[in-house]
This record gives sequence, C-alpha cells and structure tokens, in this order.
Amino acid sequence: MTSQTTQWPDTRGRFGDFGGRYVAETLMPLILELESAWDEARADPEFAAQMDGLLRDYVGRPSALYHAERLTEKFGGAKIWFKRDELNHTGSHKINNCLGQVLLAKRMGKTRIIAETGAGQHGVATATMAARFGLPCVVFMGATDIERQQPNVFRMKLLGAEVVPVTSGTGTLKDAMNEALRDWVTHVDETFYVIGTVAGPHPYPHMVREFQSVIGREARAQILDREGRLPDACVACIGGGSNAMGLFHAFVPDEDVRLIGVEAAGKGIETGQHAASLKGGAPGVLHGNRTYLLQDDDGQIIDAHSISAGLDYPGIGPEHAHLHDSGRAEYVSATDKEALEMFQLCTKLEGIIPALEPAHALARVADLARELGPDGLILMNMCGRGDKDVFAVAGHLGVEI
Amino acid sequence: MSVPVSGAARLEARFAALAMQNRAAFVTYIMGGDPDEETAQELLDGLPGAGADIIELGLPFTDPMADGPAIQAAALRALGAGIRTKDVLAMAAKFRQKDTQTPLIVMGYYNPIHHMGCEAFTEACVTAGVDGAIMVDLPPEEDTPLRSAFDGAGLALIRLATPTTDDQRLPTVVAGTSGFVYYISVAGVTGTAVPKADPVAKAVSRIRAASGLPVAVGFGVRTPEKAAQIAQNADGVVVGSAIVDAMASGGVKEALELTRTLGHAVHSAREEVIS
Repeated sequence: MTSQTTQWPDTRGRFGDFGGRYVAETLMPLILELESAWDEARADPEFAAQMDGLLRDYVGRPSALYHAERLTEKFGGAKIWFKRDELNHTGSHKINNCLGQVLLAKRMGKTRIIAETGAGQHGVATATMAARFGLPCVVFMGATDIERQQPNVFRMKLLGAEVVPVTSGTGTLKDAMNEALRDWVTHVDETFYVIGTVAGPHPYPHMVREFQSVIGREARAQILDREGRLPDACVACIGGGSNAMGLFHAFVPDEDVRLIGVEAAGKGIETGQHAASLKGGAPGVLHGNRTYLLQDDDGQIIDAHSISAGLDYPGIGPEHAHLHDSGRAEYVSATDKEALEMFQLCTKLEGIIPALEPAHALARVADLARELGPDGLILMNMCGRGDKDVFAVAGHLGVEI
Repeated sequence: MSVPVSGAARLEARFAALAMQNRAAFVTYIMGGDPDEETAQELLDGLPGAGADIIELGLPFTDPMADGPAIQAAALRALGAGIRTKDVLAMAAKFRQKDTQTPLIVMGYYNPIHHMGCEAFTEACVTAGVDGAIMVDLPPEEDTPLRSAFDGAGLALIRLATPTTDDQRLPTVVAGTSGFVYYISVAGVTGTAVPKADPVAKAVSRIRAASGLPVAVGFGVRTPEKAAQIAQNADGVVVGSAIVDAMASGGVKEALELTRTLGHAVHSAREEVIS
C-alpha cells in the first residue's frame, strides 16, 4: 500500500500545508531556474550514473548496517541496528546531499559555491565537494558555532573554503542562513547556494530529501536481508531534519514501520531553552518555507538552544511538519544532558563515538527498546561521528584537554 | 477640497498629483520604533514637512534576510525597545490623525503577518490608516491570502521587481498589483551597492509599460546626487538606509535634515517643474 505522503511535494513545493517559496523577488527567477535544472538532472540517467559512481568510490557507499549488540544488551529490549552514515567520507550523512548539489551546480555552469553551516558537518562536506570539483567555496557560520566547532572550521579552511563568521542575531545556524541568503541575493549570476537540510524554498526540501533518501533505500534492503523483515521503528535526530528524512523516505509507504524523529530539548522544553520546533513551536514562515518555528506571540523568531550545534535551529523541514500533522511520523525529544550521557555510553559500549546529534536519537532508542521488548527491531541512523565534538564534550564534562 | 481617500487610492492620488507637477515622489523609509516609540514617532510625524511624499514604515523582524547592516541594526534596536507589529501600527494611527494626505505603507517580513492572520492584519491596517504594504519575502506565488484580504479592503500590496526580473517573469510580478511597483535597483540587500542610472532608467520604462503603474526605485540610493539622477526617470525614489543611519548617529534632527536635502534633490531633479 502506498501512502499519499510519498507524492509530496506538489507543483507549488507544498507538503500538505507546509513548504512553498517565500523568498525575496530577486531570488525567485533563480529558484525557478534551479527547479527546472533539478527536474532535468533527476530525469537524466547520466546524472544518476555520475552520482552513483561518486557515492560508491568517493563517499564510500553503501554504508554498513550494524547490529549494536552491547547497547541492545544494555537497554535490555529490542534489537538495535545502526545505519552507519557516520562512516561516510567527511564523517556524516551531509556529503550525500552536497555531492548531488555540487554536481548540479557544475551542470548549471555555476562557478561559486556558498553554504551555511551549524555544526560544521555540512560546511565540511560542501567544502570537500567544492575542492573535488575545483570551485571556490564560501561557508557562513555563526560566531558562536565557530567557537564550539573549531576542528571543523580548520578542516574547511584546509579544504580551501573561506569561512565567514556571522555575528548577527545569536551567531548560530539561523543567522548563518540569513547571511547566506544575503550573499546569494548579491551574487545572483554565478553562485549556487548549497542548503544543508530539507528546508528552504522549493525545490530544496525535495532535492535534499532525494539526495539523502539513499540512506533509507540502502537500510531497507539491508535490514530485509539481515532480518527478513522490516524494523518496527526508524529513529533519527532532527534539526532541520535531513538525516531523518533520508532514513524515513523509503519507509513512509510501510505503514507498520513507526517513524520517530528526536528533536533537541536543550535544557528541557519546559525551560524554553530548546530547539524543538514541533513540540514547542507553531507554524510560520522563515527561510523560504512555511513550517513549524520557534516564535513569540508577534511572530518574532526565538533563538533555539541545543548542546549540539547541528540541531540548534528554530525551524524544521516542511515535510517533517507535514508528517507530524498527518500523524505518519512521531516526534519526541531528548535533552542536552541525555545526549551527553548517550555520547559516552555509545563510545564505551560500542567503540563508536557518535556525534552529539545522533546521541539525541539514541536517548529515545533506549526507551523504545524497552517498550518494544526483545522481539522488536529498531533501526537508528548513526548520521555522524563525534570527533568534531570531543573538545566541546570535554568542556561540558569539566575535563581539560 | 475633495473627500480624503485612503488605501491604494491615496497612493494613486499622490502619484497623479506629482506627475502633474512633473516631479518624482520622494519615498522615505524609517524603521518603526527605532530606537524607541516616542523618538520614532517624532521622526515619522516630521517626514512630510521635510519633503517626504510617501512614507514606508518598517516592521521590525528578528531575521531580516533581505536587509543590509543599517536596517538589520535598526530592527534589533526596535525589538530591543519592545516594539512589536501592533506598536508600529499604533504609530501609523497617530500619524494618520494629523495627516490625511501622505500615503503611508508598512514594509517588513511575512511571519509576523502570518502569525497575526492576513484578515486581522488587513483590518488593523485599515483601522490605523495604513494604505498598503511591502512584504519582502512574499513573492506573487505565495501572496494570494494577503492580496485577497488587501484587495477587499482597497489596500495596496506593493510588488517588487528586481534586476533578475526578466521578460518571462515580469508579467507574473505585475499581475494583480496596485499602488505602485517597487523596483529594487541592485541585486543585493538594502543600503549597500549603488545603482547605475542607465540600466535603472531602462528597467523603469519596462516595468511602467508592463504594469501601467508608477515605479519607485530603491535599494542603495544614499546621496542627493544619486537620488536626483534616479528621479529623472523614475516615478519615485526610495531612501531608507541613509535616513536610518542618520537617525542612529544624529537622532531626529539629523535624519530630518538629510530628508530635506534628499527631498529637495528629488523634487528639483527634472528641468521643467510645473508649479
């Protein structure tokens, strides 16, 4: 049985009531040009072949499916599988999308790449693809994030990218996105804006989902091969939601498979210091799309808070907003404290240092494992590795390196 | 004395009167509530006397992604002073009690309006005597809810044309619009790059022909010389960041002085002014 959900977006870039194209008029012709270039590219077998080749040889796909045996034992319930997207080149799922967008940029004859980044994973992945294809690259990054993600900043610079610190607002991901949009509107002819998540104006949420959906397609085949059945639940962390959408997409028609997104609850949703747009926000319009946003009673955007720079965003991709409202996916949250605990637990028990982002997902996997019991099967996207976070985590644990 | 008009009609009347005099409209932008409500009100009330023909009153927003540093900072100052959308509309209402002739439009981003609801916002505009709005991040593809509400109330939803608006795009931009068309003279954010006169003049003619409406030119006009140059051909010249900067550095007095200088430049730009 096929769910309606897989047919989104419609021709106006809508996922139900969410999505759309809320951009400055200067950008509209560019968005429309991008949409037609994207439609042509995805219908072109040559583009697909080029993608497949680089995904295999450069990114290292397919990524492994791994039975997290000791965590399964520790949580004492359902069998836990990790989709190992942290093993990709550059250390996260972000490269799947950057590869696609930079190939599209080349195809469109664009000569300059820009991107925003929060944790720096998307910035690193974009800088990597720009280096690989010989394109100049400018990455906008909040000054606060630069502070807490130093290793990735240096990595981007090594890759030849210019990292522009953004001090407006709170100096985090949303401000970096504002600045990237300001740059794009100023350099309209030559620039391709590589958005890092399933948000922004249409066609970005669709395009990024398609590039990331390789995660779920592989995982679905892998788990069928290993277990002979589909999982009971797919679990992923959510900032903008690209790794979650990438995992969920192939499973949306499988209505018996629960799709569970884990937002960042920061210091606790009740404290107001969190990044849980679905649980603590309301529908609104920002950065080109209509979606759930953290905002006050005047529609002013409220700053998000999360220990994880990658989840520290006051919005969420419009398709998640739709999956939330339609009830197809469930959305829960995990706090900074829980993420820190899971970061350490996963490292000790599995020898896998997770990024702080998927450490959030793991916190809810623990509960779900108990809920489902030993017959249950959970598939979690281990979407990034935690090397970038070790300094920040040391700081939080009061350890001097 | 004719019956006072409002909404899109007030804009049309002002442009028509200026055209009769062979003058371009001087359109001034200030941020509502910058740096606080009282000071901003003083500036707003003083603008017509200093030569402003049409006023754009900015609605502060936390994430002004089409604005340069001057207006970003102004929005933060206003928000910091506790100014919200309703406070800016209250400023407009006070202005309207004293001035029934000068068209006043609000300019901002869509989320606060979306949050209030398009119908409620329209009603609030009518009550406050606001004649129209420019929504920076609301292209024609997405503006139907607000446009329908505005049309019903006789308010103008001003569309934006830009250097990237090609012949294919232009009909979409001008379809169903009223009041005037705002031409963003440079690809970029407010108050940074300086527009070149020749391409701007060409764009103005093209947009005027396609829309049948007056065309006001803004973004990057900071000096009397540039304002006068643009006023040769355009139906209106918009200055925003320069006035906002003057307000930030020298308060109401300096902002009104600059307004006077710029207004004079715009009004005397064409050789034969019919008085």
